Amino acid sequence: MSATAPAATGLKRGLPLWLLLELTYRCPLHCVFCYNPTEFAQTGAELNTAEWLRVLREARALGAVQLGLSGGEPLVREDLELIVAQAHTLGFYINLITSGIGMTEARIRSLKVAGLDHIQLSFQDSTRELNDFLSSTRTFELKLKAAGLIRQYGYPMVLNVVLHRLNIDHVGEILEMAERMGAQYVELANTQYYGWAWLNREHLLPSRAQLERAEETTRRFRERVDGRMQIYFVVPDYFETRPKACMSGLGSVFLAIAPDGTAMPCHAARMLPGLQLPNVRESDIRTIWYDSPAFNRFRGEAWMKEPCRSCPERTRDFGGCRCQAYLLTGDADNADPVCDLSPYHHRVTAAVARAEQAGSAAAGGVREQVLVFRDHRTSIAVVPGEPAGRS
Amino acid sequence: MSGDGPVGAAVAADARPAIPRGLKLQWEAAQEAHVLLFPEGQVLLNGSAAEIMSRCDGVRTVAEIVADIERTHSLSGIAADVSAFVVLALGKRWLELRP
Repeated sequence: MSATAPAATGLKRGLPLWLLLELTYRCPLHCVFCYNPTEFAQTGAELNTAEWLRVLREARALGAVQLGLSGGEPLVREDLELIVAQAHTLGFYINLITSGIGMTEARIRSLKVAGLDHIQLSFQDSTRELNDFLSSTRTFELKLKAAGLIRQYGYPMVLNVVLHRLNIDHVGEILEMAERMGAQYVELANTQYYGWAWLNREHLLPSRAQLERAEETTRRFRERVDGRMQIYFVVPDYFETRPKACMSGLGSVFLAIAPDGTAMPCHAARMLPGLQLPNVRESDIRTIWYDSPAFNRFRGEAWMKEPCRSCPERTRDFGGCRCQAYLLTGDADNADPVCDLSPYHHRVTAAVARAEQAGSAAAGGVREQVLVFRDHRTSIAVVPGEPAGRS
Repeated sequence: MSGDGPVGAAVAADARPAIPRGLKLQWEAAQEAHVLLFPEGQVLLNGSAAEIMSRCDGVRTVAEIVADIERTHSLSGIAADVSAFVVLALGKRWLELRP
């Protein structure tokens, strides 16, 4: 003790410390900003209980400790309690990421007994009208009920609201709703443009003025609540000039498993062309993490192109997001074009400029006819590619 | 979980720190360290930090934690180190004070 002062640091890279299980693509909501693949209805059958339990054992043996249970809506899985119980026995820290739809007192009680550590509840808006519109459902009251159960069962109240052009002007009301609900943590996460959100990008990207107003509102609210509530405001990276250090680099700490068993170094990686994603039905997690070409593809720096290859910041941001590089430049090896050193940065600024023009028109009302809601039928028909409404 | 709360200069010797609800401290063999887990994140604790955190049960006071560590490891004069770490951890919300 006298020799070493007490200290705390971040995480070691190289182990799959963070495991995300997307237990199902089934979901009672139809959110326009969902990051799930637009072709989700065309993927294979969901893993069964025994297969998920094996994934948990194999990943834990490699050092996985942080577990996200997501989807789709994970409560749709009737074996969720069994999965949580196994994860708890193995020593995972278990976080349920849910819309709250399907949460009943019987279920939360059994999840608590099974060892669930934490629940993150999503809302689409502070108003019943916009919440229900954006999710294309009547679910606002159900979410409030779920929030009540979460409090009653002694979980910290943690809310996640995805922000975009249609609700970002309601940030003040969203924070007030969170305060009324006794929230301890609120994540205001601006939409990231993958999957259904990419399809709807032209209708979801806020204007810079909207963003600045929302940040100012958040700052004032933070002062007023003075530490009683922690608020994370995640800025949309289109407004930045340096990319996010996506997943701390692919294949470094994060492992996601899709409902059909596809193993991914990032939950959007299914879109990357030529990446032969392994499946837990065919390989064990050790082989997938250490030996599969897909998980080795973006490790290290050999894959990088200029300007990343010679950039001193490459060890900090790892070139940014591979999926964003692919979506916006057509080549996943390019620098994330959010970076203003990227020769494609103008494609990001052009999208922001279009949002400036559209922002004023959209502020007054919701343009229902042009948004593509995430649903099974659309998923069969949709062609991945350009966002809707792009000219 | 990255946001820092208010940070005081020192912590009272009779304060009772505890790990907040929803956070979990455990030994992780793969990382060869005690790790404090919270949603979508973690911190690695070195040996000294783990000695302190593992005694923060909301019952023991800071003074009792200091005495216990000194007794267990035949040390002395660690009060300032412990206090500084508890202040840091309170600021990061890895710890909270119980009445």
